[in-house]
Amino acid sequence: MFKSTGVNERNQRTEKAVRLLFGLMAVILIVPVAIILSVLVIEGGPMLSLDFLFTDPTNGMTAGGIFPAFVGTIWLVTVALLVSVPIGVAAALYLSEYASDNWLTRVVNLAIINLAGVPSIVHALFGVGAFVLFFEFGTSILAASLTLAVMTLPVVIVSTRESMQAVPHAFREACWNMGATRWQTIRRVVLPNSVSGILTGIILEVSRTAGETAPIMFTGAAFFLPFLPQSVFDQTMAMSLHLFVISTQVPGVPEALPYGVALVLIGMVLTMNAASIGFRMYLRGRKKW
Amino acid sequence: MVETASPKVSVRDLTISYGGEPALSGANFDILPHEIFGIIGPAGSGKTSFLRAVNRMDEFTPGMRVQGDILFDGQDIRAWRNVYALRRRIGVVFPLPVGLPLSVYDNVALAPRLVGVKKKADLDVIVERCLTRAALWDEVKERLGSLGSLLSGGQQQRLTIARALSQDPELLLLDEFSIAVDPVTTMRIEDVLKELKSEITIVLVTNLVQQARRLADRTAFFLSGEFVEVRPTEELFTGTVEDTRTREYVEGRFG
Repeated sequence: MFKSTGVNERNQRTEKAVRLLFGLMAVILIVPVAIILSVLVIEGGPMLSLDFLFTDPTNGMTAGGIFPAFVGTIWLVTVALLVSVPIGVAAALYLSEYASDNWLTRVVNLAIINLAGVPSIVHALFGVGAFVLFFEFGTSILAASLTLAVMTLPVVIVSTRESMQAVPHAFREACWNMGATRWQTIRRVVLPNSVSGILTGIILEVSRTAGETAPIMFTGAAFFLPFLPQSVFDQTMAMSLHLFVISTQVPGVPEALPYGVALVLIGMVLTMNAASIGFRMYLRGRKKW
Repeated sequence: MVETASPKVSVRDLTISYGGEPALSGANFDILPHEIFGIIGPAGSGKTSFLRAVNRMDEFTPGMRVQGDILFDGQDIRAWRNVYALRRRIGVVFPLPVGLPLSVYDNVALAPRLVGVKKKADLDVIVERCLTRAALWDEVKERLGSLGSLLSGGQQQRLTIARALSQDPELLLLDEFSIAVDPVTTMRIEDVLKELKSEITIVLVTNLVQQARRLADRTAFFLSGEFVEVRPTEELFTGTVEDTRTREYVEGRFG
């Protein structure tokens, strides 16, 4: 019979304590999410209706719906994606599949890390300087979306590169040995096996873009507009800025209204995240090696 | 074995290093057409590095540096402008099977497709011929559509061989192909190799001295990055060898 010694028992006690501690920290994560969601649902839930989504704000934004802001956020996110996804995916392809480890690659990697670390308000000022003034796009969807795109590029690049790197290197070598070019290898083996991961990253980027306020407030998002944007050169309202405005800038807003707006915004983001999680589960079930 | 034929591959003063660390130095030997050329030697003796150099895989391996010459059909492999065409003429099988995450059919049809074979009928013929030659056809003909990476290890290795054959190579490089394969399958693959010899030249890198003895016409012995000698295989085991280390290795006294 195995007899446990003092050392064994001490190890076991430590193991239990450490496990409990780590588990506790993991569970604590749930608390803020639960509080935020329950407060929003309790306070803002009664505001929700189709009318709220599909009518304009009225009475100096103290009543009515959020339609222009809702549509504006979709505009901003879509245009930002159209810019950041092609550039980001192409850059990630280069970094993952072509670049050798030289000074240029290191500089690019450093740029990505630093770009990811720039505060969003600094991106906003950069957007004003570069897109609004220098390129003379004015305060417009285009300028705001470009600012958002620059801000989210590192996310797209890093997540795309990670999913490509998850494809085993042996697959590439097998293709190269057959006489496949790098592009043939990418198209036939790397991309088909990383596309789901790439899409997951893009969906997560959408949720981040939708929530940003600072980068759009000087570059294209308006305080109040009674009409919808007709092109990328128009200004637009946006959910995130609208929330900021009615919470702090407009007197006499009923207390439930900001909660309602916040609930819709977080609903958009969570829907996107849920789609991303579902996608990842589908991907895991389909994994081919 | 035809001694007079001009060599398929000639190795001249070949030195391979990784980041300045030599992996193989001063190798000189010829590989003749339609022979099975065995390479034996303990781990880290430069066998795999040699195979990588033949296929110009050093271009994909950071830090790998190849000096000296490798002639393929008398022509320096570095003089091939189109490295992809060179690699198509050289099939490679790795120690661990690599079933690409494609269907069995697509695994074998990949190489022909890369060079523009599109017609289903043509591909069907190639797929069946290569799988048959790799002794796998009977086991997978009912499920060509299922994933190659889901086959058993031994089947995947035969799939890898079928894929290498689908390039229609003139030279087949086998790097310890039986390491992840059961003995019965190993014997079946060995039979396949003996048949293939009439059509292509085979380089067999192996840790199993007896496998080299069973298959190889001539065998080279590498030791710690040094090319020791090359001999007709039977001589290596029974006759005279130049270097006592060779005799000690094949008799299992070290390594």
